[in-house]
Amino acid sequence: MSTATPSAPTNRLGFTKQDYVGSKSTLCAGCGHDSITAQIINAAFESSIEGHRVTKYSGIGCSSKTPAYFMNQGWGFNSVHGRMPSIATGASLANRNLINIGVSGDGDSMSIGMGQFVHAVRRNIPMIYIIEDNGVYGLTKGQFSATADKGAFLKSGAVNDLPPIDPCTLAIELGCGFVARCFSGNPKQLNAILKAAFAYEGTVVLDIISPCVTFNNHDASTRSYKHVKDHDFPLHDLGFIQYSEVEDVEIPAGATEVVTFPDGSKVSIKAIHEDYDPTDRFGAMKGIHESMAKGEFLTGLLYINPTQPPLPQVLNLVDEPLASLDESVLKPSPAVLDEIMQSLM
Amino acid sequence: MTASLAAPAPTAGAKTRINDFSIQVATVNGSGSQTANTVLLRAIFQMGVFVSGKNLFPSNIAGLPTWFTIRASAKGYVARKASNEMLILMNPETAKEDIAKADAGALVIYDEPLQLDKLREDLSFIPVPFQKLVTASCPEPKLHKLVKNMIYVGVASRLLGVDMDEVKKAIAKQLKAKVKAVEINQNAALAGYDWAMENLPDQDRVKVVRDDKTQGLIIVDGNEACALGALFAGVTVVGWYPITPASSLVETFIEYAEEYRKDPKTGKSTVAIVQMEDELASAGVVLSAGWAGARSMTSTSGPGVSLMSEFIGLGYYVEAPGVFFNVARTGPSTGLPTRTQQSDVELCAKCSHGDTQHINLYPGTMEECFQFSYDAFDLAERFQTPIFVVTDLDLGMQNWSSKPFAYPAKPYDRGKVLNQQQLAEAKDWGRYKDVDGDGICYRTLPGTPGGKGAYFTRGSGHNDYAQYSEKPEDYVAVMDRLKRKYETAKAHVPGPVFRNLGSDKGVLAFGSSDPAVIEAQDGLAAAGLETDYLRLRALPFTAEVDAFVKEKKVVYVVEQNRDGQMANLFREIYPEYATKFKSVLHYDGHAIDAKCIVDQITAFEQK
Repeated sequence: MSTATPSAPTNRLGFTKQDYVGSKSTLCAGCGHDSITAQIINAAFESSIEGHRVTKYSGIGCSSKTPAYFMNQGWGFNSVHGRMPSIATGASLANRNLINIGVSGDGDSMSIGMGQFVHAVRRNIPMIYIIEDNGVYGLTKGQFSATADKGAFLKSGAVNDLPPIDPCTLAIELGCGFVARCFSGNPKQLNAILKAAFAYEGTVVLDIISPCVTFNNHDASTRSYKHVKDHDFPLHDLGFIQYSEVEDVEIPAGATEVVTFPDGSKVSIKAIHEDYDPTDRFGAMKGIHESMAKGEFLTGLLYINPTQPPLPQVLNLVDEPLASLDESVLKPSPAVLDEIMQSLM
Repeated sequence: MTASLAAPAPTAGAKTRINDFSIQVATVNGSGSQTANTVLLRAIFQMGVFVSGKNLFPSNIAGLPTWFTIRASAKGYVARKASNEMLILMNPETAKEDIAKADAGALVIYDEPLQLDKLREDLSFIPVPFQKLVTASCPEPKLHKLVKNMIYVGVASRLLGVDMDEVKKAIAKQLKAKVKAVEINQNAALAGYDWAMENLPDQDRVKVVRDDKTQGLIIVDGNEACALGALFAGVTVVGWYPITPASSLVETFIEYAEEYRKDPKTGKSTVAIVQMEDELASAGVVLSAGWAGARSMTSTSGPGVSLMSEFIGLGYYVEAPGVFFNVARTGPSTGLPTRTQQSDVELCAKCSHGDTQHINLYPGTMEECFQFSYDAFDLAERFQTPIFVVTDLDLGMQNWSSKPFAYPAKPYDRGKVLNQQQLAEAKDWGRYKDVDGDGICYRTLPGTPGGKGAYFTRGSGHNDYAQYSEKPEDYVAVMDRLKRKYETAKAHVPGPVFRNLGSDKGVLAFGSSDPAVIEAQDGLAAAGLETDYLRLRALPFTAEVDAFVKEKKVVYVVEQNRDGQMANLFREIYPEYATKFKSVLHYDGHAIDAKCIVDQITAFEQK
């Protein structure tokens, strides 16, 4: 199955990292999104994700091009602007065995796609929902998005008059059980979170601050590499132990909390901010708001509660993918039609 | 008590209309009158008489005027009839206007306190003390408002000669297992009947006489028929958003799915039904579920289709299957949301931006609502594209009598889908390669193992291998192939139905206009004008439609919209015959009637 040289390391399924790559990126050199793509590839490889079960969804924008750049073994669906969540919803219901990754941007999700974002989270559809968040519309050449900070400048000198929408506190408010924020320039943290995300059953909301090197990386920007790096406050060191390794791997020393997922996988949390508890929903909201008021980016696992059933479970769907059901299961018998006709007479 | 038929009306002494009349009932919506009207309709149906009902209801939950017409027809005509032989006036708000519009000679049953009998001299007035009767028959004052309507069912039944046993049976059928409600309503109907027996002289203008025309027939509405079609077609994913008049399609489906789409062993569901946040999201769910291999559908009306149109263009271009029911209503905008129209013809034919062409099915009967809904899922998967099933409020929400539906024995057509083994054997597979020359390519479903079938679906330009491309030749190749695919569909969609009288004058209609056209065709023939009738059942047009257009000297295109949308499509598709098409239009929100067709065609002929 492997296409790389014999010496390349393989994962539990016998795949090399090369088996998880996609087509060549056509984004600007240095784009934060490419760092995210790299970590998706790493995390999928390290978690031994079955490529053929992966589906990649996106809307429109720079971020939405990226599903073409990872995991060519999976199916991709680049849809229409702001509507990625409904595409993920339909496909994930059609086949509950799929591993769904949605990639969106701050424009795609927080403006045109706000309605679909909100309702996908509310329904807890099984997907990793990545927002590659740079505060601007890159593909249309740098207009502000709804996550841009109030008072932020464009290179042209235009000032943003309106307050930002924060996807993370919004997701917590909506009942999301896995909310995280990362910085594309912190691969270690992103890697651990992505691996945990692959093990989670419902909607993961992952807001990744990903600077736009072309339109929003200037000195006055609050989304530039330098600014984000200087204001990135990781909450904790995260460790992820997949269910298959739980027997063999020890919880890292100093972990202040261990969260166990329904599949047995564990996330170990070693707090840096001692008074932030990611299992405390209201405390998390308070902590995030306080830190945003100071202009900081709290990053890490902002909120975790892996107990909520994903949509296919809520709908009590059969275990077999609906797409695999054939006529013998789906088509009622002539006796049923006769019974219905009798009732209408 | 001084109820009596008024002095002889001008038409008194005219021939008794046996099983051939219309009754119009004017009530206030939210007063339970729908139940009463359906009971009266059912009771006549159970007497073996062809009967149809039209509910003309407001966009409101309670308190606004509503009208219900019941037409009995020995000849089997079921279109709305423009004139009424009996009126039942329960609504003080509209009573005077209803009287002003009444046809001369009509019998008018009305609520006594309304004092309508002085308004006109050419009507027969029958005042009924409804309040007194309901107080006497129903011990629970809070139910009086709801039960009051059942009294007129009793009065009308007595006057028409409808058997009270049939009324009782109809009440039991309508209210199903609610034993107490059945009893209360049966008592109310009986009170009306007994009162009429004692206090009213018999009349001989309109009568129901037992017949055998409805033996073995069912009463159903189009939304239920479509829901049943989808049930038997094995729909597995439904994404929808409520909208009048389309909601009851999915709601009825949900009821049937509760019973017939549970795994018998586990009780788990074999269909996912999600009420989405809007129609855009519904369209996304339908197309992506179809893309992933489910049989998927939504049900909506014109405004919903407008919202879905971006997605439907995507579905057309990336070739994702899905069934879209459009139960059309009166537009534009909110328009008359509880009234009928066929004004989404062009919208559904070409829904979305760019060059798009869609397969549309136009059922015209309840059996076709069932069968075409079943077929739509095959067509969606065969042609890998959004399919519209276009009905309207008249078909969708009104009661129609129909033959029981035939079991759809034809096995499902799941289209060109490659599985793991076929992929392993395939040489140089490309998602958008036209291997068979019919414009239809082979697709794969996400999750197929083996490492060979994955591809990237995109609404942007793509080549045969689903790779991003902005090359002019790649774009043109895909667009031309899609056109070829549409051509292929001509051999797969239902052809037209003909009703020939052997003439070079054609009448062309579709969908809910059918009953009125049949009646009009008979009326025209009786007046000496023979026509050939083609009922169109699908887009693209089949070879039989081509032949009809070529052969006829004139084609009267009957449709329920202002702009002659179907005629426009014909003029576009057959430009060389553009002058043959004459529009016969009806677009006031009421269902079309035969008279308006006869009048317009006659006027054209006299030119």
